[in-house]
Amino acid sequence: MRRLVAWVGRHPVLGFVVVFALFPWVVPYKSLATQVLIYGLFALGFNLLYGFTGLLSFGSAAYWGLGAYGTGIALAKLKVTSLWVALAAGLGAALLGGAIIGFFCLRRRGIYFAMLTLAFAQLLYFVGFHLADWTGGDDGLRGIAVPAIGVAGHRLSLDRSVVFYYFTLVVVVLAVAGLKRILDSPFGAVLQAIRENTDRAQACGYDIARIKHLSFVFYAFFCGLAGALDALRLTVVPIESLHWSTSGQVVIMTLLGGAGTFFGPFVGAGAYLVLEDLISARTESWPLAIGLIFMAFVLFLPKGIWGTLTGGFHGR
Amino acid sequence: MPDVSLAALAAQIFTGLVLGGIFVLLAIGLSLIFGLMTVVNFSHGALYMLGAYAGYVLITYTGSFVVALVVAPLLVGALGLFIERVLIRPLYGRSPDDPLLLTFGLSLVIVEVARIVWGKIGLTLDPPRALGGAVNLGFTYFPTYRLFVIAVTAVVLLGLWIFLEKTNVGLVIRAGSRDPLMVRALGFDVGRIWFIVFGIGAGLAGLAGILAGPMRGAYAEMGVTIIIESFVVVVVGGMGSLVGAVVSGLLIGQVVSLTTFFAPKLAEIVVFITMAVVLLLRPSGLFGEAGLLE
Repeated sequence: MRRLVAWVGRHPVLGFVVVFALFPWVVPYKSLATQVLIYGLFALGFNLLYGFTGLLSFGSAAYWGLGAYGTGIALAKLKVTSLWVALAAGLGAALLGGAIIGFFCLRRRGIYFAMLTLAFAQLLYFVGFHLADWTGGDDGLRGIAVPAIGVAGHRLSLDRSVVFYYFTLVVVVLAVAGLKRILDSPFGAVLQAIRENTDRAQACGYDIARIKHLSFVFYAFFCGLAGALDALRLTVVPIESLHWSTSGQVVIMTLLGGAGTFFGPFVGAGAYLVLEDLISARTESWPLAIGLIFMAFVLFLPKGIWGTLTGGFHGR
Repeated sequence: MPDVSLAALAAQIFTGLVLGGIFVLLAIGLSLIFGLMTVVNFSHGALYMLGAYAGYVLITYTGSFVVALVVAPLLVGALGLFIERVLIRPLYGRSPDDPLLLTFGLSLVIVEVARIVWGKIGLTLDPPRALGGAVNLGFTYFPTYRLFVIAVTAVVLLGLWIFLEKTNVGLVIRAGSRDPLMVRALGFDVGRIWFIVFGIGAGLAGLAGILAGPMRGAYAEMGVTIIIESFVVVVVGGMGSLVGAVVSGLLIGQVVSLTTFFAPKLAEIVVFITMAVVLLLRPSGLFGEAGLLE
């Protein structure tokens, strides 16, 4: 086990591909595997902002929801026939939302920031709720038809859950590789400098405001991509996509797995979803269970599962 | 736009005052706790909800609204003391994000426990018979109970003001929110002050809950929306500023109430637009000092 963890730690992207290529064959059903990938990507985006830049957002639902509604509205309302155009619409919405809301939220630091992100996400929730002509309001956005994609001259339908899983895997692997590239760049190093000591990073001459804003936009991008994929998975966008509980969910997942670790978000998403699956089958009080587990992690295991296995905040 | 009669508008302003009063009670508690301990209490909304349920239970068993009004906030305040001692205390010295995360988990737990104990369907709280009906204000009739809420809020705020401005403990609390290190250096037990303040904040949330109960009923999710709005009140007023919390609570109460009157669909959104405007014009809030407690 320990050697496996160490190997994955040395070759993160390759390790990721190997683990998740086999993953659907070890979990009870394939749709759970797809969910782990998508929520893992969501947590990955959150982790870029919280774990690596040190900014705690309680409003991730905004970008997840913008990605989901952007893609969903493109397919269901605008009758876009290309999957890529629809995904681009979702990503565009999330990027734009991230750029604007990030500008406002980053006017304040620390704990204010968390409250502001939450407030703006709540604003979007109410907007989504009232714009029922476009979003379906309380009933959710229905009628999303997922177009087939062209692969090497063939039309590939994504209807089958195995096919959709490997399609998602390709997208998520690209995102994971992209994140690795970001973290290994000088920009990534500055992000971690901001996390460790913002004032000092500023004194070193870095334009903190711009770098944080860029980090926020990247975060919105990954969250939006995850939301867009989830819209394709469910072929429905429920209004809960924009709800604060979705923001809370990604916070819990990331901390369970280990904030500031490369794989923590995926480990956390997996642990959360498998636990939810097991516990919900026995009792209605799943929020009670996850609330207690989460509190125990904050108090006693702040490095999370993966962070503890790999030896801490810096062992990614 | 509806036909605006002055009487209806005045009634709406009074409704805004009631809502503002609830906001102020919640925001003051949040702001006190934050100003002193740099802890954002995410479970504040859950404590508000418990205040309403505690009120329901006490009214059912004692039959007296007055007893409930006094005892429910005390019970919630005692729970606040327990939370501070057992759950928040181990986190001092760690990142200020950690208490926020912990109380977020705690709010999930409390809300779910309330669902288990009192069911998923909301309960109604009856206002005492003496406060039923409406009072003629000269220009309009207004529910007596709501006037009572305004009065209680005003009295409690006055009491709190006297406590903070005129007593020795209040002086230490105010000093602690300016410069905790210096207060500690002067030999005060900062931990005990934090303990007390967390209890007071929780008690105020409980009071807001039982006051709101007869108007809105008691249900497990009742604290969720209002806690987010209270965060907005605190941000608009300026974090840690009690005057700011009062002014901004009353302001947001009016904004919500008047928007409900003129453009009901925008009522939920306008709170956040107000916040965005304030942030653009005065990033530190109406009464906040720039850079304080960041």
